[in-house]
Amino acid sequence: MLRVAGIPAWGTYRRSGVLTRLAIGAVTLALAILLIVLISLSVGPVSIPVRSVASTLIGFVGIDVSDVSRTHELVIQQIRLPRIIVGAAVGMGLGVAGATMQGLFRNPLADPGIIGVSAGGALGAVIAIATGAAGLFFMALPLAAFSGAMIATLVVYGISTVSGHFSMATLLLAGIAVNAFLGAIVSAIVILLPDNGALREILFWLAGGLDSRAWEHVLMSLLPIIGGIGIAMVMARDLNLLILGDDEARSLGVNVVPVRLLLLAVGAMVTGVAVAVSGTIAFVGLVTPHVLRLLLGPDNRVLIPMSALGGAVFVILADTVARTVIQPAELRVGILTAFVGAPFFILLLIQNRGRGYSL
Amino acid sequence: MTAAVRAASLSVEGLTYTIQGKKLLDNVSLRAGQGELVGVIGPNGAGKSTLLRALAGVIEPSDGDCYLEGRRFVEMPARERARAIALVPQVAPMAHGFTCLELVLMGRYPHMGRFQIEGASDEDIARQAMRLTDTEQFAERTIETLSGGERQRVFIARALAQQPRVLLLDEPTSNLDILHQLRVLGLIREWASNGATAIAAVHDLNMAARHCDFLILLSNGKVISEGMPEDVLTAENVSGAYGVESVIYRDPHTDALALSLIGPSAGFPHRNRVKAP
Ligand SMILES: Nc1ncnc2c1ncn2[C@@H]1O[C@H](COP(=O)(O)OP(=O)(O)OP(=O)(O)O)[C@@H](O)[C@H]1O
Ligand SMILES: [Mg+2]
Repeated sequence: MLRVAGIPAWGTYRRSGVLTRLAIGAVTLALAILLIVLISLSVGPVSIPVRSVASTLIGFVGIDVSDVSRTHELVIQQIRLPRIIVGAAVGMGLGVAGATMQGLFRNPLADPGIIGVSAGGALGAVIAIATGAAGLFFMALPLAAFSGAMIATLVVYGISTVSGHFSMATLLLAGIAVNAFLGAIVSAIVILLPDNGALREILFWLAGGLDSRAWEHVLMSLLPIIGGIGIAMVMARDLNLLILGDDEARSLGVNVVPVRLLLLAVGAMVTGVAVAVSGTIAFVGLVTPHVLRLLLGPDNRVLIPMSALGGAVFVILADTVARTVIQPAELRVGILTAFVGAPFFILLLIQNRGRGYSL
Repeated sequence: MTAAVRAASLSVEGLTYTIQGKKLLDNVSLRAGQGELVGVIGPNGAGKSTLLRALAGVIEPSDGDCYLEGRRFVEMPARERARAIALVPQVAPMAHGFTCLELVLMGRYPHMGRFQIEGASDEDIARQAMRLTDTEQFAERTIETLSGGERQRVFIARALAQQPRVLLLDEPTSNLDILHQLRVLGLIREWASNGATAIAAVHDLNMAARHCDFLILLSNGKVISEGMPEDVLTAENVSGAYGVESVIYRDPHTDALALSLIGPSAGFPHRNRVKAP
């Protein structure tokens, strides 16, 4: 293996204490986020020099460095920054939902998209828009998406444990079935709905992505997602024990049923909120925790916060590429994440063959 | 509650566990005191693991109560129980990617506050437990790279790191070589003698006779016999529970009770007779 003199091999870090790994991961990922945000703010149809980006950001905190054009400031403030923050929130939410569900289902292939949780969130949101309920109050749309995601979670979880013990094959098959079923209902709603404002809103929303996300979407998503991540972090040690099995967790002092329900609800909530503001963005919840688990180990006290930061990196980066790669047209962010994520998923399936991975 | 229940570290009274209409445990009572190593013996499916899981609070009995130092389990928070009682499961669970040290440190979780992270003293306790089970050399390796017996010893280390007052072990030597069988049973014996209580399911009757203070013989969920090894291990009991004829004598080399297994009892309903093709 390639070794640089004076720098210990990665394994040394992988095996260091929880706090060391947290610190290394947090510093690295925070720097990555900073760099990507600066780049993302500067590129686009209107190209803004990184210097002006920095000045604008400094201007926001009250220090006036007035060498930035008003247009640039508006582009950053009204268009790019909210979009990036929504992307970060969605990435954090999906990364943590993935890590949590992989632990709960004892299955590295669990992902909110694959097992149908995102589809449940999407259906909840579509129903809310179609019935006009989404306009009732500010948080109505995310709340509807959360409800849909929670119901889908419970259904999939119920199906995959119906034989008394948990089965990975059943989980994935239940995910396929639930995805197809919920997708069919969404399609039916779209077809049956008269061509009015609600239909156009649904179609725009179903297309997903982060274009024209504004501060209202930041308000809608950031707090619930950060709250959910906070709960998941507090429960991370219990999740470590749940991975070893219900008996193990109980004999080490975990109240298994309430803890599992709480974590399932957290997964559904962050997924639902993410879906409400961005549609379904695939594979973030699968790829992010996986890569980080290889680098930092499976301890959820490290994995969950790092999956939040890593998911943010993944989504912001994917969205930046998506909106700049074929300028002036834009790709949607989900295309990029799927482009990276789907081959990765297949790679995992190939690698795990024979190991069964009932985990 | 009787005085005996209060005095015992761990006791159960009239324990019954029913699942799908089947009584896996039927009115089982037992008491284990400080310093004692109690062996649970009996044929496959007798209910040994079920009993240990109930004693660890992992399953809730359908009837009867478990007491830790006179307190009912149901009145105790799960974490407090976990600080006092450790269970080594019959089959070591799989946890891809966790290092052995990380797994042994999980034994410290019940002792740590929710926002606390294991510190130097926890790592010392974990490494000490790993030294006792001869697994410290695996500390940095991930669990799936270990052999079955090595993995079993890691989970025994985790139970020791839990520093329990009651140590429950479900066939702790089933995958171990003869040296490690002797070492692990000696270790459990010593752990008990230092003021703890140990209850172990054991298949090897010679090992059970040699190391345990008391034995409980289970069959079909019922206690058939209990007491000192020489009272429980009689040719009649062994034949009755297992359907095996045996000769029982005192081994002059170890001065422990020993069994020679002669063969299946005539007339015992052995269901799986092998037919030659
Ligand atoms: N969830 C369950 N549902 C139905 N029967 C069960 C269940 N769990 C265990 N049993 C049955 O209960 C009986 C006792 O099981 P237990 O695991 O306690 O036996 P054991 O004495 O530990 O056996 P062994 O020596 O093979 O470890 C067995 O006949 C088993 O098939
Ligand atoms: Mg057993």
